[in-house]
Amino acid sequence: MTPPRPTGVPILRLGDVLVTGLLNELDDTSALAFTAELTERIVSDGARGVLIDISRLEIIDSFVARTLTELTTMARLLGARVIVAGMRPAVAITLVELGLRLTGVETALNAEQGLTALGWQRMPHPPGPPGKARP
Amino acid sequence: MMPGDALTAGAQVGRPGVRARGGAEAAAPSSAHAPVYGEAGAGPDADAERSSRYEVRCEEDLLTVRHAVREATVRAGFGIVDQTRVVTAASELARNAYVHGGGGTLEVRLLAPGGRRGLRLTVRDEGPGIPDVETALQDGFTTGSGLGHGLGGARRLMHDFQVRTAPGRGTTVVVTRWNDR
Repeated sequence: MTPPRPTGVPILRLGDVLVTGLLNELDDTSALAFTAELTERIVSDGARGVLIDISRLEIIDSFVARTLTELTTMARLLGARVIVAGMRPAVAITLVELGLRLTGVETALNAEQGLTALGWQRMPHPPGPPGKARP
Repeated sequence: MMPGDALTAGAQVGRPGVRARGGAEAAAPSSAHAPVYGEAGAGPDADAERSSRYEVRCEEDLLTVRHAVREATVRAGFGIVDQTRVVTAASELARNAYVHGGGGTLEVRLLAPGGRRGLRLTVRDEGPGIPDVETALQDGFTTGSGLGHGLGGARRLMHDFQVRTAPGRGTTVVVTRWNDR
């Protein structure tokens, strides 16, 4: 069994949340490799949440929909909550007409709202040089 | 499916090179994507009505087809939602041809009759065919790795949808969408 080939999709860790995204050019083999890599990272990093940004996806066909649904289920079985963020409006319209509802897949309008749902909050004040109080 | 349907693919079987409207034949490259076959019509809409054909033999071809169909939807003047509908339908049909048909071809034809503009996709494969089309069109029916929404979903995303298939004789799907309704 050879290890999954690198997909070129970065998976970043922020505390106990993994942040990643899907590229528009993801082919089927890469999508499967991504699934394997992400589930391994959930375990090795002890992640409790996963944010998947899909704002670059120009279409979601039934294969990508299946990938997202399966990823969400696998992550849940591993104890992690997945939020899919940033779906384009045209993609949402087409998905519904296609008959795909992504049942069980939690979504957010964008990555920021998705991270907020996973427990991350915008800092009340951006960090600045010490001693300079903000107005 | 219905007798008398003008399946454009029917006239092209075995003639993968040149076909033109009105009986006149003319061949010309018609796409920047270097399709396998290019042709241009010789009628009054020759400039607007043209088609390109692409091989669907591997995963990379699926991406190539999506790019080509996207570009065609832009040329046909489709808005972003219609672009997404047509490219998604193309992706489903091309994947069907690749997965179930063992590979095939996808032809993109820009239509421009009387000022209307549309796009017609013809997806052919030489695979085992579909024994029961009505069942295959039902949501949730799948014999492969998808969700079983490919064929029926593609039908809902397009204005016109025709399938011609028989066991052992491959499958041809012709779908059309217009940009004025």
